Amino acid sequence: LSKPTDLVQGTLDLLILKVVALEPMHGWAIAQRIRNISGDVLQVGQGALYPSLHKLEQNGWMKSEWAVSENNRRAKYYTLTAAGRKALEQESAQWERLAAAISLVVRAV
Amino acid sequence: MQWAHIVRLRLRSLLGRTKVEQELDEELRYHLERQIEENLSAGMNPREAREEALRSFEGWDQRKEECRDMRGWNVVDNTLQDLRFAMRQLRKTPGFTVTAILTLTLGMCSSVAIFAFVDAALLKPLPYRDSSRLVGVYETIESCPLCNLSYFDYLDWKKQNTVFRSLDAYTGNGMMLKTPDGPKRAQAAEVSDGFFRTLGVLPLIGRDFLPGEDRPGAPHTVLLSYATWMNRYGGKSDVLGHAVTLNEQPYVVIGVLRQDFQFAPEATPEFWTPLNSAGSCEQRRSCHNLYGIARLKDGVSVGAARAEVAVIARRLERQYPDSNRGQGGDVSPLSEVIVGSVRPILLVLLAGAVLLLLISCVNIASLLLVRSESRRRELAVRSALGASAGRLVIQFVTEGLVLVAAGSALGLASADWVMHLLTKLIPADMLASMPYLAGFGLNFRVMAFAGSVALLAAGLFSLIPASRLPAMKMSAGLAEGSRGSAGNAWRRLGSKLVMVELATAVVLLVGAGLLGKSFYLLLQVNLGLRPDHLATIMVSAPNAGYDKDELAIALQRQVVSRVGSLPGVESVGLVSQLPVSHNGNTTWFRVLGRPYHGEHNEVPQRDVSSTYFATLGAKLLHGRYFNENEDQSKPHVAMINSAMAKKYFPNEEPLGKQLAHISTNPAPMEIVGVIEDIREGQLDSTTPPVLYVPFNQDPDRYFSMVIRTSQAEESVIRAATATLRQINPDIVASGGAPMSERINDSPSAYVHRSSAWLVGGFAGVALLLSVIGLYGVIAYSVSQRSREIGIRMALGAQRSAVYGLVLKEGGRLALIGIVTGLACSVAGATLIRKLLFGTPPWDLPTLAAVAGVLSIAALLASYIPARRAASVNPVEALQVE
Repeated sequence: LSKPTDLVQGTLDLLILKVVALEPMHGWAIAQRIRNISGDVLQVGQGALYPSLHKLEQNGWMKSEWAVSENNRRAKYYTLTAAGRKALEQESAQWERLAAAISLVVRAV
Repeated sequence: MQWAHIVRLRLRSLLGRTKVEQELDEELRYHLERQIEENLSAGMNPREAREEALRSFEGWDQRKEECRDMRGWNVVDNTLQDLRFAMRQLRKTPGFTVTAILTLTLGMCSSVAIFAFVDAALLKPLPYRDSSRLVGVYETIESCPLCNLSYFDYLDWKKQNTVFRSLDAYTGNGMMLKTPDGPKRAQAAEVSDGFFRTLGVLPLIGRDFLPGEDRPGAPHTVLLSYATWMNRYGGKSDVLGHAVTLNEQPYVVIGVLRQDFQFAPEATPEFWTPLNSAGSCEQRRSCHNLYGIARLKDGVSVGAARAEVAVIARRLERQYPDSNRGQGGDVSPLSEVIVGSVRPILLVLLAGAVLLLLISCVNIASLLLVRSESRRRELAVRSALGASAGRLVIQFVTEGLVLVAAGSALGLASADWVMHLLTKLIPADMLASMPYLAGFGLNFRVMAFAGSVALLAAGLFSLIPASRLPAMKMSAGLAEGSRGSAGNAWRRLGSKLVMVELATAVVLLVGAGLLGKSFYLLLQVNLGLRPDHLATIMVSAPNAGYDKDELAIALQRQVVSRVGSLPGVESVGLVSQLPVSHNGNTTWFRVLGRPYHGEHNEVPQRDVSSTYFATLGAKLLHGRYFNENEDQSKPHVAMINSAMAKKYFPNEEPLGKQLAHISTNPAPMEIVGVIEDIREGQLDSTTPPVLYVPFNQDPDRYFSMVIRTSQAEESVIRAATATLRQINPDIVASGGAPMSERINDSPSAYVHRSSAWLVGGFAGVALLLSVIGLYGVIAYSVSQRSREIGIRMALGAQRSAVYGLVLKEGGRLALIGIVTGLACSVAGATLIRKLLFGTPPWDLPTLAAVAGVLSIAALLASYIPARRAASVNPVEALQVE
């Protein structure tokens, strides 16, 4: 799993939701945070990031507002909504199950 | 909350386009700048840093497009774009667009208008409570399967049955209404006390008849129809308790019926009175003048009710053999009673309209096919420029939808107009007997029908061209002058469509031909009278002054002599019932001198004046006419028609034979003359044996007058009406009309005429459309083969050979279409056998004529392209490519 485009479908949504759950964040910061937390393994390109952000916002899982960023410029900050929080729980549980199942198979063989 | 939020977002995406677009740009730009900063801090120079960052975006505009997709703007965007494009494409080919829209309008208009009639007559439930439980109740005899009840039989059935929750009776009646301008004839109905309760309707104001109000001695009460209340009483609420004089008797208004109340079997009575159970007919079990209407008990089927009615009828037959011999009983759902007679004609018209719709759709579909073929190159270009197959299909669908939307809107508007036109064309009398047509129009069911037609058409028009897409090789489409397999494939599909069209046109033409021939034959039936220059008037004299036989005879003589001396009048005759009306008013007779076992020989009886037959122009076959002096003081005499002579006196001389009535006056009557059959009933019914007796031996205050005139009938009718008023202002003259008009407006003539015209109209349009369709296919084929034809001619083919080539192609299609159509039409015509008169469904002249007409039309349609093909200049044809 070296490139985000190889991520299991829907996993990027999970990562975004998880990261945004910590605090309101703009797109650049989200990508950076995912990279840092994953120890530079998961590099999210903007090609996947922004469509995903817009989709999540359109779904009503996140909302956005404009605020001044750490380098004193206007940036679009995303926040999790209540529905997004619920979705995050479900997606996480789903991921846990999937990961556990995959590791079971991988170890057994 | 969640939904509200999402809806707000979507709306923002749609409406705040510029703002959202700016934000998207700013958001991505922020990211880009951060990337550049990072690249700079990684040690790149500014230019490298910027280029590297942009590269990492892998296409700035694609990113934005993906984000827009996520926001769902593109669907709306693309649709609008498709719509604009479709409009532009359709405008570019106005000929095609106008033809397609008009064709669809035509199909839509006819099918929706006819469906509205079908809906009003057959689908809409009758306006009574739980109307499916209502049945008509009839007595039956051999010659009359659904006949009136006699009053005593009605009472016995009411008492003895266990299947009806209630059984009531009604009968129509013309009554004389006293008005300030003298007496007027008014349509009225007499009903038993529970009639309106059985129907489940309540008066608008006032009360219903009380139980027992139809008994002798009960006070005379009357219910008004809403129209009467409005027209005669100005809609005033103090009308209750008002006195009305009907048939010289005082009645009290007790209520007004609702505006939407209707009872088709009695057309539009102005006054509803309780049954006059003391009437002379009501005193005899053999006098049948009532119709029964009943509400079935819960859980009782029509079949069970029919069975019980038959049992009771058998019981009464044993109990009263004199009057009830041979009499059964029958029950029929009320809806059947009311619309049973119009159902077949409406269904035929609907079938015709649907066939026309089919032909229109097929025609448009083949037009669309030609169009999609001629657009192959355009499609290939668009596909090469990146339009997905889905996008191209959507483009076809959009064009189809635009066509259907325009066609449907025009179709509905014209259907609305046509419906009102058609109701205006129905004679007033007939419209009155079809109250269920009131308020018909574009209601919910009709709109649903129109909607489904539009949906089907939209599906057809978008799928047919779209289905051709895979067959179009894009590269082949781009190749200059390509004539790939697609063209041939289309020709095959187009040819099949044209064959369907031609076959459908044949079916409609044969239907129209048969109905038209039926109508023609109907008008040719031997009426036994000369209808031209013959005026008719119905006369009712009041009881006062004419209640004795001598007085009625004196009136008859006075009327004949006074009207007969009017200018332009050649002769005048009187009759109890005008010809071309019905075969009712029957009597029972026996032939004296023959063994008699109580058989009911039932024949219509007409009381006629001595001058009647000569005035009508009827033909005397044997014997003599009645003499004016043959009244009750002379030996009774009778005349019979030739049907009666054939049935009751086969191989015998009827003249001099003695007949006698069974129930009423048993005095022997000598047959003095035989008259050629006069059409007493409807044009399409066979004339039964009819008995004629002298008016002076059975006089009545009510009679009809026939006047032979050398002038226009209308002026004579006006003069005769004035003369009647001079004789006595209380005499009511009504229904004055020329005999020819009476025949033309008679229900059978009307039904045959209207169905022949309507189906004929459908067939004409169908012929036109199918010929245009054939022309389209052949012309397209010729244009595709012009190079082949050029080569043939270059190699020495004669022009005649080219003609033959093209005509053969058209001829083959026409032949298959016509033969298929003829087979289908014989099958179809068998279904409408009941509507045909005097012609079998496989009428060879009609079939041959249709085949001939269509062959000639097909020849013409192929000849034009054939001539174009034959005039091809081989050099040019080869150079064009």
